[in-house]
Amino acid sequence: MTAEESELVDSLRGDDLAALETTVREFGGRMLSVARQLLSNEQDAQDAVQDAFVTALRSLDRFEHRSSLATWLHRIVVNAALMKRRSLGRRPEKSLNGLLPTFLADGHATHPTPRWTASALATMELAETRAVVRSCIDQLPETHRDVLLLRDIQQLDTESVAELLGISPDAVKVRLHRARQALKTLLEPVFGTTTG
Amino acid sequence: MTQITCRELIDFLSSYLAGELPAESQILFERHLSLCPDCVNYLNNLRATIDSARIACENSSQSIPEDLVQAILKSHAADES
Repeated sequence: MTAEESELVDSLRGDDLAALETTVREFGGRMLSVARQLLSNEQDAQDAVQDAFVTALRSLDRFEHRSSLATWLHRIVVNAALMKRRSLGRRPEKSLNGLLPTFLADGHATHPTPRWTASALATMELAETRAVVRSCIDQLPETHRDVLLLRDIQQLDTESVAELLGISPDAVKVRLHRARQALKTLLEPVFGTTTG
Repeated sequence: MTQITCRELIDFLSSYLAGELPAESQILFERHLSLCPDCVNYLNNLRATIDSARIACENSSQSIPEDLVQAILKSHAADES
């Protein structure tokens, strides 16, 4: 934690409104981006950020200077977003099975895997391609999408994700691998058909 | 040393990418990859999937709307009173 952050935390503990505004402006955008990934509705995402700040301010006494303020707030907003979603009720999930690879009895893949070309992958520079990739992520069932977002995008470690989702570390690993495989299948039409 | 099938390799590919495989399994994986272009393609495409997901999400907006800033400040003031 930087000296500047430490000073900010001290001011927040002293109930300094200017320090709160600085914190919201500095970290709020990133927190909203995280909440948007976990909640599809913009208002729900904004509510989660607001809830996260309420929780953070009430828990300041428990904040230890071992982690950065950004890391601490990040974890709080992930938790707030997951709690928000639980409060909205779980939607029925589609099965992933149709998106996973299939194999012959001898262990060989049923279908060959053509390599995605560099020119197809270079289209990630286009906003349109990035939006298509995001829509493919949105098609994953929630239980698997959460793990992919928290591990691969938010870069939380396996144990932290297990704790946040209330599942075992092994379940996190299995879901992550299946989510990546399913997303790869969903991205085939995006990256697998361009020649070059 | 025994060989592994494409299925065994693909089932444990995320563990391979995370460097979580025991040394002996790592050697079996690398031997299989040196002989199987299909599995190399699968591995590369899976890596590209992870990178693409990260890039797609990282490029989303990270600004905070002014009305949300004000709502947070207002809710804190109400919480304090």
